[in-house]
Amino acid sequence: MGRIGLKFESLRARNEKALIVYLTAGDPSLDATKKLILGLENSGVDILEIGVPFSDPTADGPVIQAASQRALKTGTTLHGVLNLVADIRRVSEIPIVLFGYFNPIFAYGVDQFAKTAKQAGVDGVLVVDLPPEEASELRIHTDAAGLDFIALVAPTTGKGRLKTILKSATGFLYYISITGVTGTAAPKAADIAREVGNIRKLTGMPIAVGFGISTAAQAQEIGGIADGIVIGSAVVKLIDENRDSDDLKEIVCEYINKIKKSLG
Amino acid sequence: MNNLPDPYGHFDIFGGRYAAETLMPALLELEVAYGKAKKDKSFAKEFDWYRREYAGRPTPLYFARRMTKALGGAKIYLKREDLNHTGSHKINNTLGQALLARRMGKKKVIAETGAGQHGVATATVAALFGMECKIFMGEEDIRRQEPNVFRMKILGAEVVPVKSGTATLKDAMNEAMRYWVGSVRDTFYIIGTTAGPHPYPVMVRNFQSVIGLEIKKQIHKTEGRNPDMLVACVGGGSNAMGTFYAFRNEKKVAMLGVEAAGLGMNTKEHSASISGGKVGVLHGNKTYLLQDEHGQVRDAYSIAAGLDYPGVGPEHSYFAKTGRATYVTVTDKEAIEAFSFLSKQEGIIPALESSHAIAYAMKIAPAMKKNKIIVICLSGRGDKDAQTIIETM
Ligand SMILES: Cc1ncc(COP(=O)(O)O)c(C=O)c1O
Repeated sequence: MGRIGLKFESLRARNEKALIVYLTAGDPSLDATKKLILGLENSGVDILEIGVPFSDPTADGPVIQAASQRALKTGTTLHGVLNLVADIRRVSEIPIVLFGYFNPIFAYGVDQFAKTAKQAGVDGVLVVDLPPEEASELRIHTDAAGLDFIALVAPTTGKGRLKTILKSATGFLYYISITGVTGTAAPKAADIAREVGNIRKLTGMPIAVGFGISTAAQAQEIGGIADGIVIGSAVVKLIDENRDSDDLKEIVCEYINKIKKSLG
Repeated sequence: MNNLPDPYGHFDIFGGRYAAETLMPALLELEVAYGKAKKDKSFAKEFDWYRREYAGRPTPLYFARRMTKALGGAKIYLKREDLNHTGSHKINNTLGQALLARRMGKKKVIAETGAGQHGVATATVAALFGMECKIFMGEEDIRRQEPNVFRMKILGAEVVPVKSGTATLKDAMNEAMRYWVGSVRDTFYIIGTTAGPHPYPVMVRNFQSVIGLEIKKQIHKTEGRNPDMLVACVGGGSNAMGTFYAFRNEKKVAMLGVEAAGLGMNTKEHSASISGGKVGVLHGNKTYLLQDEHGQVRDAYSIAAGLDYPGVGPEHSYFAKTGRATYVTVTDKEAIEAFSFLSKQEGIIPALESSHAIAYAMKIAPAMKKNKIIVICLSGRGDKDAQTIIETM
């Protein structure tokens, strides 16, 4: 079992929920991302999702779109993000998922990517525009390298399709809490409880819920339903608002601390 | 070639369905609905009726006598898609998709547009079938294709300005896809070209294939044989694929797709995805793509808003790879010259997009024998481009 699986096991044993945080790598700089990540680990983040910026993030709302643009402007590449992970691995064992779109990986070379990512210390990959129908060209390599392949389930995913997705998902299941792009609506707990309940009937795999969670109250409510929650746009927005502050790390960590406490 | 794409929408290594999970069920539902409609004779009959009675098909295949004479070589015919209702080939596709949307019980439609021709054609069918309509359009294109913005508004559509990126067609498509992710339960996305995730490339190709089928019939009537060469401009590739498809098995018919070279192929300011790109994934399919070495999509450029797109339909990538069609380029400057040439020689003002096809034919026709026949797809009329042309003068 990899770092992701072990993390969920130990959390389960303590009856705790996973706090997963998304950051766009390179926003405002790769160096800042590294500092933020190390701070976040100390604030109780369980799993990191590191966003690889892409020029055309069609599943993302305005906040992450803008972050991707900023990261690209400062010259962030997949190569640079993999180096960042290797750097973090020297000092941290926090589980890391790379989150992004397929084209930068395809351009890098799927085979080379899987090998380098594993070597760098990546634990899982989540590729937004690679549904099971298209995933095999990357999966043959990530499976061989021993990387988890995190699958997405949406509110629109029907039962038949869910079964297909479950057959090949590894690590944890990412349930998209809204019918929409990232960060554009508040999740509705009742709907999520019903859907997560339906998924649970079919799998024992850990389920994390994300896309639109921003407040401690939401974290608490959804943490009561799922095995973990993902905070993305809210953190990215906070980073942007305080990009020039000397206290950037402290401000972000304070916010994450609050979320962590509410998760219980 | 005849049984492509495969059931997952692949044309060899190209195409596919690289889409966010939220959209996947809708794409599968669309595939099923389209598959049913395709087999249903009443759908074909209905589609045919609207094409004839509403859009004005068949469009003429016009022998361009003065143009032929002025160039002094091959005989040139123009397939007059500009004479369709709304002024371009785009209505062939929007009628098909709107009829399908109606069958699926969807009352809201969205679309992206570059030149505004697809936006107008979508707004038109939305009005015709009483559907709510939103069109996503880059701000740069709103500026340079203003007449079409007015038309869409007059037709009752909402035009949503897109500011991101270069504020052109790619960005409009990004935004339309994002909007669709949030509205997919009740909204039909009418994609305007042979791109996007499966089943769009094959569906749009089939809806547009009427162009080539008519050409075949018409040229056999006037000349008693197939043309030697087909020439069409390629943005996403719908008018070109519509022109080519009926001839795909006729080995002696050469097919030329003309991409936009913008300021020149030795600059970065062009839109020639096949001639100047590498294989990649954008907007749901794998295809030739303008991108940097890190897989970031490059901004395209062309004076023709409808060609200003960094990707191309996956079937064209397949045709390029197998050599079934040849892809060439034409610069802004050459397209402007062709625009003016056709206007003055034949009294036909072509769209700047179509002017790329005209320009390429003008390059090669003089050296061809007089008994050779070239058919150019005149994909749209140029009224919308008056502003752009005036700015260049
Ligand atoms: C008149 C005209 N021709 C061609 C195109 C390019 O599209 P496609 O390559 O799909 O035919 C457009 C697109 O807006 C257009 O308006």
